[in-house]
Amino acid sequence: MTVNGWIQILLFIALVVAVARPLGGFMTRVFTGGRTPLSPLLDPVERALYRLAGVEADREQHWVSYAVSAMLFSAVSLLLLYAMQRLQAVLPLNPQGMANVPADLAFNTAVSFTTNTNWQNYGGESTMGHLVQMTGLAVQNFLSAAVGIALAVALVRGFARSSARSIGNFWVDLTRCTLHVLVPLCLVYALFLVWQGVPQTLVGAVDATTLEGARQTIALGPVASQEAIKMLGTNGGGFFNANSAHPFENPNALTNLVQMLSIFALGAGLTNLFGRMVGDERQGWAILAAMGVLFVAGVSVAYWAEAQANPAFAALGMDGLAGNMEGKETRFGIAATALFATVTTAASCGAVNAMHDSFMPLGGMIPMVNMMLGEIIIGGVGAGLYGMLLFAIIALFIAGLMVGRTPEYLGKKLEGKEVKMTMLAVLCLPVMMLGWTAVAVVLDTGTASMANAGPHGFSEALYANVSAAANNGSAFAGLSGNTLWYNLTLGIGMLVGRFFVIVPMLAIAGSLAAKTRAPASAGSFPTHDGLFVGLLVGVILIVGGLTFFPALALGPIVEHLAMTAGTLF
Amino acid sequence: MLNELRPALVLTAALTIITGLAYPLAVTGVAQAVFLQQANGSLIERNGVVVGSALIGQAFTGPGYFQPRPSATTAADPADATKTVAAPYNASNSMGSNLGPTSKALVERVRADVERLKAENPGVPVPVELVTTSASGLDPDLSPAAADFQVPRVAKARGLSEEAVRRLVATTTAPRALGVLGEPTVNVLALNLALDQLALDKAAAGR
Repeated sequence: MTVNGWIQILLFIALVVAVARPLGGFMTRVFTGGRTPLSPLLDPVERALYRLAGVEADREQHWVSYAVSAMLFSAVSLLLLYAMQRLQAVLPLNPQGMANVPADLAFNTAVSFTTNTNWQNYGGESTMGHLVQMTGLAVQNFLSAAVGIALAVALVRGFARSSARSIGNFWVDLTRCTLHVLVPLCLVYALFLVWQGVPQTLVGAVDATTLEGARQTIALGPVASQEAIKMLGTNGGGFFNANSAHPFENPNALTNLVQMLSIFALGAGLTNLFGRMVGDERQGWAILAAMGVLFVAGVSVAYWAEAQANPAFAALGMDGLAGNMEGKETRFGIAATALFATVTTAASCGAVNAMHDSFMPLGGMIPMVNMMLGEIIIGGVGAGLYGMLLFAIIALFIAGLMVGRTPEYLGKKLEGKEVKMTMLAVLCLPVMMLGWTAVAVVLDTGTASMANAGPHGFSEALYANVSAAANNGSAFAGLSGNTLWYNLTLGIGMLVGRFFVIVPMLAIAGSLAAKTRAPASAGSFPTHDGLFVGLLVGVILIVGGLTFFPALALGPIVEHLAMTAGTLF
Repeated sequence: MLNELRPALVLTAALTIITGLAYPLAVTGVAQAVFLQQANGSLIERNGVVVGSALIGQAFTGPGYFQPRPSATTAADPADATKTVAAPYNASNSMGSNLGPTSKALVERVRADVERLKAENPGVPVPVELVTTSASGLDPDLSPAAADFQVPRVAKARGLSEEAVRRLVATTTAPRALGVLGEPTVNVLALNLALDQLALDKAAAGR
């Protein structure tokens, strides 16, 4: 570890804290119907869209109706994306003449992009034509992100409102999020990326003659426009197979920093939106602080682990000072790579700037732990905030049990219904993650896909199922995921991980909105100070630790012990 | 339910047009107008021939060129399309080795490379970048240490002084971005182009 490495990490944290408040204020205006700098331009577009779609913009929805709209919209997106892949050979804008995508892979990919996962069982440059990339995958990058943000805002309204029947209008939230927040930010961001070297062209590839006279075919495409929303919407699905490790997606250390910042930006801003909408910004800062504690712990372990030389190399007489460079890019180095890996799995982004499969055992464990906790450290846009608020409900429930009072959060009593719904949402993740892993490792069809032997192979299968259910999408990419088994089971994991959280979460929002807000009294548990942050972090670690420790012991932990003992597989 | 279907269909279509066509085409238009070089892949031409991209690594095998890091990219086997064969620096199929730290295959590969490099430049510790594959398989850069390690071989093959080649490495080395971000790098293609130019200049001066 170097001083310079720590400076990079601290600089990144400072930038995230700096953007949280302005973005939170901006998004609060967007979701409370206020005007933004682009309103003169966008308001007519918005009105035209509502008229065309038959949406009454000022009529709000009950939580059931909000949930139905969100599910229906996702279903339409899923079917459309599936159809586009199955038909791409006959559709236009396919300069490389890519073939139709097989059914199981198309299912997996369609689910993956509509659930904001962006797990990729295909290589981008060798499977998908420009039409599918641009008007299919990249569109879902926008829309699945907008859905996530809309849902988080709906839950926040549940906390903020008193004796209300409705939690907002899904169609308005979706449209305003896309038009006012995502598209304008992405336009600026994409042009920044092009300036730094990310290609943006409709040409498919160009042939070069290398200095030694060989032919090199260099894949190109509309990369920058997709890259911008891939990061900002915490989607993570790369244009190229190597994702943000590819020099065309992430050409230098500056774009690397901006990409990491853009993964966290909207999620951090949403914690501030939460504070503003419930009328006390400190509530948002407390949530962000709990996320920050977990983040710093994760990045420290990952950086330490990756800065070590592989002990198996040490005996060979080489200079190991640079750390574990297998599967890493020279321009980023160890610190910026460990930081990126922690960021992308803390949020549900899943973009990678290195191959996590080649991380040291404990370095690769950190991304897994981040996802197992449900990606509540900043988290996916929207998903992170509502995931964290669900944990806050559990923490306050436990605190209530300890002192024998009915728990409350922000003046809302948390009763049987809220706690049951929270547990339903929180339990579906480990069932998917651990259940499918357990089945995969006893079936030949599951183990045949593993690229590494021994405990690392187990880690590959575990990582895949964790990543899918958490809607992350990063991978221990050695696993050959493009098989019937993994296409289907990972697809199911992604669907459950998204919608079995969303529906209970909206039920909680509806139930909370209907309650009155009791004023704080001397007996209320304050939820904006260090005690609450500590309790929340403790509950997250205990719940996550108890659930996942046995699986981690079989994978990364035993591999670490084997590595230090000099065992190879 | 049915009256919910209309906004679902209409907004999917409308937002697809906005985010899937208008947005990428607007970015493409501005990018092609303002950042022509970068938008088309930062291609480098020499004597009218595209020799590569400034951002994408390429394979070098001759002793007179600086060699990049090992690459794990593959291509379809020309003899049997269902199989793949090693094809280092295949810029249309980026990938890493995905070998874990306790993999026998990884350690054997590294051992073979270390032995080859030790024979080439005895007594100097082998920089780790020279025996590890990058994440993309297209890493365009070397660390300054990994470039320096190759100076004696390149100088000998080119008939240049080690000092002249070392100077070239130093001038091609790019510092950390903004002084703190990432690591210092040496772009291999830029270095080798400069090396060719140096040889040309020397030949011209000698004539």
